[in-house]
Amino acid sequence: MSTLVKPKAEHGKPALTQALLYLDGVSVAFDGFKAINDLSLFILPGEMRAIIGPNGAGKTTMMDIITGKTRPDGGIVYFDGKHDLTKLDEASIADLGIGRKFQKPTVFESQTVADNILLALRGPRDVWSALFGERNAIEPHRIEEILDIVRLTREQKRMAGDLSHGQKQWLEIGMLLAQDPKLLLVDEPVAGMTDSETEETAQLLKRISKDHSVIVVEHDMTFVRALDTRVTCLHEGSVLAEGQIDDVSRNERVIEVYLGR
Amino acid sequence: MILKALGSQPFSVNAAASRIFVGLLLAGLVLVPVLHLAIPEGAPFHLPTYVVALLGKYLCFAILAVALDLVWGYCGILSLGHSAFFALGGYAMGMYLMRQIGTRGVYANPILPDFMVFLNYKELPWFWYGFHSFPFALFMIFFVPGVLSLVFGWLAFRSRVTGVYLSIITQALTYALVLAFFRNDMGLGGNNGLTDFKDILGFTVQASGTRTILCMISIATLLATFLVAQRLVNSTFGKVLIAIRDTESRTRFLGYRVENYKLAVFVVSALMAGVAGALYVPQVGIINPSEFVPANSIEAVIWVAVGGRGTLVGAAAGAFIVNFLKTWFTSGLLAPYWLFVLGTIFVVVPLALPKGVVGALLDRFSTKSTGLKGASAMDEPAGKAAE
Repeated sequence: MSTLVKPKAEHGKPALTQALLYLDGVSVAFDGFKAINDLSLFILPGEMRAIIGPNGAGKTTMMDIITGKTRPDGGIVYFDGKHDLTKLDEASIADLGIGRKFQKPTVFESQTVADNILLALRGPRDVWSALFGERNAIEPHRIEEILDIVRLTREQKRMAGDLSHGQKQWLEIGMLLAQDPKLLLVDEPVAGMTDSETEETAQLLKRISKDHSVIVVEHDMTFVRALDTRVTCLHEGSVLAEGQIDDVSRNERVIEVYLGR
Repeated sequence: MILKALGSQPFSVNAAASRIFVGLLLAGLVLVPVLHLAIPEGAPFHLPTYVVALLGKYLCFAILAVALDLVWGYCGILSLGHSAFFALGGYAMGMYLMRQIGTRGVYANPILPDFMVFLNYKELPWFWYGFHSFPFALFMIFFVPGVLSLVFGWLAFRSRVTGVYLSIITQALTYALVLAFFRNDMGLGGNNGLTDFKDILGFTVQASGTRTILCMISIATLLATFLVAQRLVNSTFGKVLIAIRDTESRTRFLGYRVENYKLAVFVVSALMAGVAGALYVPQVGIINPSEFVPANSIEAVIWVAVGGRGTLVGAAAGAFIVNFLKTWFTSGLLAPYWLFVLGTIFVVVPLALPKGVVGALLDRFSTKSTGLKGASAMDEPAGKAAE
């Protein structure tokens, strides 16, 4: 445990208000199995962070806690220095500005590509606005802008369910862009993508990270390397190592954890 | 002919279906009074009274089916208790009709309906106050199903009761109402319910003219219900409903308050069901607790499934198809076999036509017309048009 890099030691004690996302001592157990064990992690505004770790390290559970799907047994989860995420539900958390892309691409399959973006676009989401207000009068150019970025303009009238796997991944990233959250949680964005698609996705995420904070969970080391950003390695529900990719990948514990399994 | 019209707009098969449906209803609005009243009895094309009555009944069921399709087909809420709202609307209308009987009842009591005199009621129970007035009854037709659906939906949806569990509690709801309404102490006629109606707004309920008007009002109400439902599902609200139906948790993560959307569509649907029940009662002449039984709600689900879940036209068509078969099979020689037929329909339709009759037709026409738009359309437009 000597090589365990404590986040606080490196960043020099940021105040609670400085970090966009602040997790401290978070634990959650399912039927006695500790999926997350005393996890502490924080993300600064504008930061992009890659999270790696073997299967069962708690990466997805961590995202579930941040987005309100799972309630932690203990610990602090703060967003923007003032919002206690453990007390809010999914819709309120999304409303605060946390967007999520799922591991398995989750789009609205029986609706068109354009409608998927329309549903995601930032703006009011109440029943009234969807019937008579702003949400029901979204201008097409806002949808087209997003489709242009994720290169799905030609597919906009197709059913999202008919898209290829890679296109669905991009559609979901497009939905995240449309949501325009402060923090994007991106779970395995390049799973099932070709090498060139992977490279393009890395470029896209880097562009997004210029004005958003991004957490990317990924197995693909080439991709993580292409992101060229700080890496946190999770193992058995807590932080094993943190730093630049080269430092982390040279870390003996990390090598042991990855190869030992 | 229809196909040709569709060919010009390959992607609007749904719009074409809805135009055909609206056209049929408008035609009905004209044809029913003409064929029933203007053409004398015995002449060809005369519409006999029993057909008008049956048609009125089917129309009410079609309204219920559209209401159910709105929650089930579009939002994935499989309500197995929609007949509760239907029957409550029916009871509100029944109470008005009972108060209209006045001294023409068997006991000739100007205030108390016959069953109350029979059960030794001394005065009118408080909840019967106001039902002599039609506007008040009209208000209650909306108010009672509306409040029940609001309270029930608020509790169920914010606790995130979904899927089969929600279906079970909707069954429990309607079953509880059966038991309650069966009691004589309830003050609503117990087992026998409300019947022997004389007139509505001064017109004799049984008269040909009244029947025709009621049938026409039913057509107009089905039309209005359909147009409102269509407006709802075509708006962004409808897109959110479909999103909830397909991936509820994803919709939450986008920031939508799923419970509010479900509640809104559930209440609208219950109001529609209540109106359907209110129109049903004067046309069949009776409302009793059997209208609440869970089997009725399940039958309504079968109509929607047969016609095509998630297509409003299909839901209405399904109500007509199944009820026509029911009328056919429950009279005469075939009577003992109706439940077998219903069972067979419920097994065969989901297997053979998973999208229902109308859903299958829509699919067929839309692939045909997209085919037309493809390579062959340019090569031989004349040949295709002639087909």
